[in-house]
Amino acid sequence: MGPVQAPDRGRRWGLRYCCGTLLCLVWGMLVLALFELPDQWPGLLPQARAQLARSGVEHPVTAVLLNFRSYDTLLEVLVLFLAVLGVWSLGFIEPGPGRSPAGPLLAALVRLLLPVLVLASTYLLVRGTYGPGGAFQAGALLGTAGVLLLLSDVPISRAWFALPLKVALTGGPVVFLAVATFPSLRGGALLQYPVELAGALILLVEVAATLSIAAALFVLFAGGRPQEATPALPPAGDDNGEEV
Amino acid sequence: MPPSFLLYALVGVTLLVLGLYAAISHAHLGRKILAVNVMGSGVFLLFLALAVRSGAGSPDPVPQAMVLTGIVVAVCATALALILACRIQAMTGRAYLAGEEDPEISS
Repeated sequence: MGPVQAPDRGRRWGLRYCCGTLLCLVWGMLVLALFELPDQWPGLLPQARAQLARSGVEHPVTAVLLNFRSYDTLLEVLVLFLAVLGVWSLGFIEPGPGRSPAGPLLAALVRLLLPVLVLASTYLLVRGTYGPGGAFQAGALLGTAGVLLLLSDVPISRAWFALPLKVALTGGPVVFLAVATFPSLRGGALLQYPVELAGALILLVEVAATLSIAAALFVLFAGGRPQEATPALPPAGDDNGEEV
Repeated sequence: MPPSFLLYALVGVTLLVLGLYAAISHAHLGRKILAVNVMGSGVFLLFLALAVRSGAGSPDPVPQAMVLTGIVVAVCATALALILACRIQAMTGRAYLAGEEDPEISS
């Protein structure tokens, strides 16, 4: 630490100019590349459309996400789980009441909003089979419900942080891995769903992934492992049953 | 008349380069994380702009799916990075990596 020497400062600015010039060149090359692209390009749309009937869902984006390129999604669920493991191992947090009790208006609003969020998330999940929607959108919405609970200081029973949270967190990767290896037991390749079962398998994966994504977003927002040991348990029956 | 996807693609590329410059030139960890997020947004915008070229009303689903996957990965990477940055600040009192000069003076 201490004051920075003048030559050091000059060097820093020199580096900045160098890097700025280089990045301008990169920008110029990217722009040139963009102008050379054809205006019309079918991409993979024809292939996706042609195989849509065999994918088990009716929406091409969901078909790509959970069937044609489901290894992307599998790895994504695993990355999410890894991030949660990292956050989880960095320390404990104290969720729930204690700092300041929720005001009556806020508590009432949360009680009103939570079921709506859960309902909307379920709708998005089901809608993913035939339109825009699916596990990520549904999981994000459900995670919002958890974040809302966390922010509003509404009493949450700590029992939720023991088994249910862990089951929700691990459910996504476990179910997805099981479904991924299931076709290889029947002589197929990894993630090669049988056509007649594809719809059911995709829905199963989506439900597990939704819960997992919601729980993961909750833990990531909370910023640590929720404390399970209960110094002061909030009154039983006061916990929100809607949470997951 | 240039095609309509080009405007979005150009904005995406510009965001990408601006974010890259900020990520390199700023020492503060919060700014670095923010810059990487701007880069990510630029890439997502570029992907979606290129997907539109497949025809009116039905963009290519593969870039859409990749962007959707990318958003979730970006969110969890950002969360982990922020928590690590908070931990660094709590332990050293500075939101900078070890070896960085004091940026308050030099920038």
